[in-house]
Amino acid sequence: MHTETVHITPYRAHAWVLIALLALTFVTITVTWIDLSALTVAIALLIASVKAYIVLTNFMHLKFESSLFRVFVGMVLAIYVLVILFTLSDYLFR
Amino acid sequence: MEHRDDIGAKLGMWVFIFTEILLFGGLFLVYAIMRLSYSNEFHQAAHHLNAFIGTINTIVLLVSSATVAMSITAVQKGNNKLAVLLLFITLICAAVFMVNKYFEWGHKIHIGLYPGSDLMVSLSHGQVMFFSLYYFMTGLHMFHLVVGGIILTIVMIKVQTGTINASRYVLLENGGLYWHLVDLIWIFLFPLLYLIT
Repeated sequence: MHTETVHITPYRAHAWVLIALLALTFVTITVTWIDLSALTVAIALLIASVKAYIVLTNFMHLKFESSLFRVFVGMVLAIYVLVILFTLSDYLFR
Repeated sequence: MEHRDDIGAKLGMWVFIFTEILLFGGLFLVYAIMRLSYSNEFHQAAHHLNAFIGTINTIVLLVSSATVAMSITAVQKGNNKLAVLLLFITLICAAVFMVNKYFEWGHKIHIGLYPGSDLMVSLSHGQVMFFSLYYFMTGLHMFHLVVGGIILTIVMIKVQTGTINASRYVLLENGGLYWHLVDLIWIFLFPLLYLIT
């Protein structure tokens, strides 16, 4: 464990991630200005998910952790998505 | 040599984050179902939210997340001074967020829009649901922000004194993970509450 090399993320990489996240925020705001009715929420949620993915992989360092972490996070998110799908299908088609 | 398990410590932090995902996940699920039932009311009610303040707070939180991430780089490179400065910037961002929230909530409470008020009781059920969720979700988020601020203050002091250093910094990493979680929740709260008009 101590022989493992530590990954140091350069400052520049964090700065680029920040710029990407800010850009996506402005895309979200612009999209919601243009009224696409039902699509607006879907697009806003899609962009939010992309932002969340960027935060998880870069700021939260999952990109550079052992795959154990990625498997855990992936499983928890998959379970949450299943809970949403089951609840919504029950609610909408009961 | 003392026993240390940094990977185990980080894994423990992630397990805690999973419980937080459950906590907020449940609320997002309530939001989804209420929104499906009362989409018109949600649209009308969302007009009352200040999207400008919401946008400013989004930018502030994203910047604060970046500075925490950079402070880890600084500690890894042995530059504790810079790490303290970056953590201090993060705490200032947290303070700015809180001040903005104070004005945002303060204005709503001033015009009588808060849970249990006469105005709120007179609204339709869907609008009441929207504002209840708004207060509860942003309130719970703000509570996490305060806790994160306290954790990062302790971490900053430990970086200053050198307890956290280039060979031992898992506490900074875990504090950072918590702060990014606060950011992560806001990434979803912002469009769902402020941008659905």
